[in-house]
Amino acid sequence: MGDYIVLAISCIFVNNILLAQFLGNCPFLGTSKKMETATGMAMAVVFVLVLAGIITWLTNAFILKPFNLEYLRTISFILVIASLVQFVEMFLKKSMPALYAGLGIFLPLITTNCAVMGACLINIKEDYTFIETVISSFSYAVGFGLALILFAGVRERILLARVPKPLQDTSIGLITAGIIAMAFFAFKGMV
Amino acid sequence: MAKSITQEFVKGLWAEIPPFRLVLGLCPVLAVTKTVENGIGMGLATTFVLVCSNILVSMLRSVIPPKIRIACFIIIIATFVTVVELLMQAFTYPLFLKLGIFIPLIVVNCIVLGRAEAFAFKNSVVPSTADGFGIGVGFTLSLAAIGLVRELIGTGALFGVSIFGAGYQPFAFMVEAPGAFICLGLMLCIMNLVGNK
Repeated sequence: MGDYIVLAISCIFVNNILLAQFLGNCPFLGTSKKMETATGMAMAVVFVLVLAGIITWLTNAFILKPFNLEYLRTISFILVIASLVQFVEMFLKKSMPALYAGLGIFLPLITTNCAVMGACLINIKEDYTFIETVISSFSYAVGFGLALILFAGVRERILLARVPKPLQDTSIGLITAGIIAMAFFAFKGMV
Repeated sequence: MAKSITQEFVKGLWAEIPPFRLVLGLCPVLAVTKTVENGIGMGLATTFVLVCSNILVSMLRSVIPPKIRIACFIIIIATFVTVVELLMQAFTYPLFLKLGIFIPLIVVNCIVLGRAEAFAFKNSVVPSTADGFGIGVGFTLSLAAIGLVRELIGTGALFGVSIFGAGYQPFAFMVEAPGAFICLGLMLCIMNLVGNK
């Protein structure tokens, strides 16, 4: 049990997927201008990443490994993730319209979110067991959401500040992200 | 065809240079630019995928049904990424290990998909090749430039050869994660300063 808690903490803070592993930076900068969109994106990522982690693990263990097809991992994972996202979108639209209204526009974006694909590849690379995969996928997603929401909070404040012209928009966004990354950097060595 | 092939190529080098002008595909830019060598390796791998997928997409553009074009693009791109992955594993194994999961992640690099959608699907083979090559070279140059700054300041060396001499105290912050963000942000600021004159 203790191992699982350590794994979760290391995935959320120490190896934070956004700020330490550099995965999923496009949506990080793209959807962080408003708190609302940031929360929506964070929720959508938690939802999809856990499902994708489970399904890619099963694909790898029961299809790719027994038939020695590991070189097809990239192509099969991206197809699995893309169809999963499509399926989740249709399912939510039909059965949970309220949740769909909240996550709707973010779901298609997730296919090209490298945080999802990246986390799935890391799970396989680290040889996690099924339970570890579930925990790490969930923790990576929580870490992603945490960093995204923190960043959106700071960015909303920057809107009120007078930023020099060449630094505006993406430039100041990246520097802000660097400072938040510094805060996360302090967790290094904790686990 | 309004623009010549040279123009299509050149626009990737300054006017639309990723990731500075087109803020896409940031993940590899931040993650693999600890050294110049890694940056160039990543840039070349991406260029290969970009050129090949642009060629194939533009050749097949009359066959691909518009409704499922994104799925088709992704399959084409994933195929070439697998090719690059296997080639690098065979010929440049140490570099393959250093770049790690960022090679398979070229699949989800928005630049590649973005060029297929925005350019190759609407243009014939020759301009698409030039476009892919131009954007690819621009991307490689950017990665090399960021790698240069980070490696030089962070370790005081280039390609493992000491530049500033033994007395230099390396500013290790630059090769760590937060340094990547701040370095890219400042370089973007300089680009804006120079470009808006």
